[in-house]
Amino acid sequence: MLEKRRKPVITPDDIRADLDRFSRRAFLRGSLSLGGLAMLTGCNLSTDSGVDAALKAILRFDDKIQAKLFDPARLAQTYPASAITEPFRFNAYYPDWQVRGVPDDWRLEVAGQVTDKKAWTLDALQSLPQESQITRHICIEGWSQVGQWRGVPLAVFLRKIGADTRAKYVKFTCFDDYTTSIDMASALHPQTILALEFVGKPLTPEWGAPVRLRIPTKLGFKSAKNLRAIEVTNSFAGGYWENQGYDWFAGV
Amino acid sequence: MKNPAQASMRPAHSLPVRIMHWVNVYALCCMLFGGWEIYNASPDLPFLFPQWATLGGWLGGALAWHLSAMWLLVINGAAYVLYGIFSGHFKRDLPPPSPKAFLRDMWAAVCLRLPHKTGHYNAVQRLLYGGVICILVIEVLTGLSIWKPVQFGGLVSLFGGFVLARNIHLAMMILIVGFIVVHLALVAIVPRTLVSMFKSVPSDPQEANDA
Ligand code: HEM
Repeated sequence: MLEKRRKPVITPDDIRADLDRFSRRAFLRGSLSLGGLAMLTGCNLSTDSGVDAALKAILRFDDKIQAKLFDPARLAQTYPASAITEPFRFNAYYPDWQVRGVPDDWRLEVAGQVTDKKAWTLDALQSLPQESQITRHICIEGWSQVGQWRGVPLAVFLRKIGADTRAKYVKFTCFDDYTTSIDMASALHPQTILALEFVGKPLTPEWGAPVRLRIPTKLGFKSAKNLRAIEVTNSFAGGYWENQGYDWFAGV
Repeated sequence: MKNPAQASMRPAHSLPVRIMHWVNVYALCCMLFGGWEIYNASPDLPFLFPQWATLGGWLGGALAWHLSAMWLLVINGAAYVLYGIFSGHFKRDLPPPSPKAFLRDMWAAVCLRLPHKTGHYNAVQRLLYGGVICILVIEVLTGLSIWKPVQFGGLVSLFGGFVLARNIHLAMMILIVGFIVVHLALVAIVPRTLVSMFKSVPSDPQEANDA
């Protein structure tokens, strides 16, 4: 919902709304509200930056706790086909009429700490082993729905490209300008896949064509659609929402 | 306390209870006002909370507050429960009332004849306080369930799955708000209890009539 209200097309109104919504000030103390006033008084924090810094520090602490709670062997619940949500809700940081088609020269690029940096065609990805899953996609907004995805386990792909799996992060860049990144432990989880199919059909652009990440052990915004590049790296990469204040680990 | 003279020596509320009560009020306000903004991102009931009553300004900000204040709420709450058990506070001041005592005090309250003794809870208060403590425990457990539904899979199935756990979290929030409304009304009726929650005030002597 939140995503739908924001459009990349730029009109003065949009810029104003975006600035209001995402300025540091908004992150810190929100609008002038009863809650905001009460909490600031209660905190006795007089500057925006003080509240901001405190919240961000606690979010980083939360990320550490989440990484500790993450059990690489624990699987997300799977469901029977009858549980699949119909119709499945479209969600992106833009409305559905701005979905972008797959570029003609599309290849999945590979970068960072990997031995084989050759780019992948869709055919080449299809020739790798595939796994199917029916899992719950949980949005940070609170709604959730069950879907079916099929594709290459990311762990298989990372091994195939000779990734250094001791690196800390895997970063995803999309051709719709979305980005996100995950920790290596979650990247190697057996249910983390590079999905090529959604509910039995090849991905269409609104569901992330030609390849998307599907990671049921994290909140929905981590399952990046329309992938263009995967990078294995030791430098923290953040992401589109993470840079605005969503918690980076976002584990479920 | 059987001995009235001894009872009147102790303060109406011990210092730890007074401190933890006000820390809880602060933490719970952060949770509620932040939680309402989170609710607004995907409302399950046919209403939104007004923007002026929310905290954080947008979903990310509200989550930052909610996932920060939760530590304060849980640590303070756990300290309160441990204190209540080991100091004998729960046993002495908050035993669950018998239905008879509850009906008697409720009736007296309805007739506006329920006297308030500083430092002693009547049966209606005991049911309200015991109730809201249990509700807060459920609120924290359902909160953990929807925060980490995969890692705490067992807890989630205890609440009947992710969707139901989330609905219970919302329902408990409404009960907590209901408690706060009644609680504040009762404090408004007997304002001197408010003083006793801030500073050390001697308890009134108590006759042993509170089964
Ligand atoms: C500004 C808001 C609040 C005020 C002014 C307030 C005031 C008070 C007062 C005056 C008492 C003592 C009553 C007496 O002596 O008979 C009390 C006790 C209590 N309040 Fe509150 N309260 C507030 C918010 C809350 C909230 C949000 C909760 C939890 C949901 C809560 C839970 C309790 C409990 C459990 C007790 C009994 C504590 C014990 O003896 O262990 N209060 N409150």
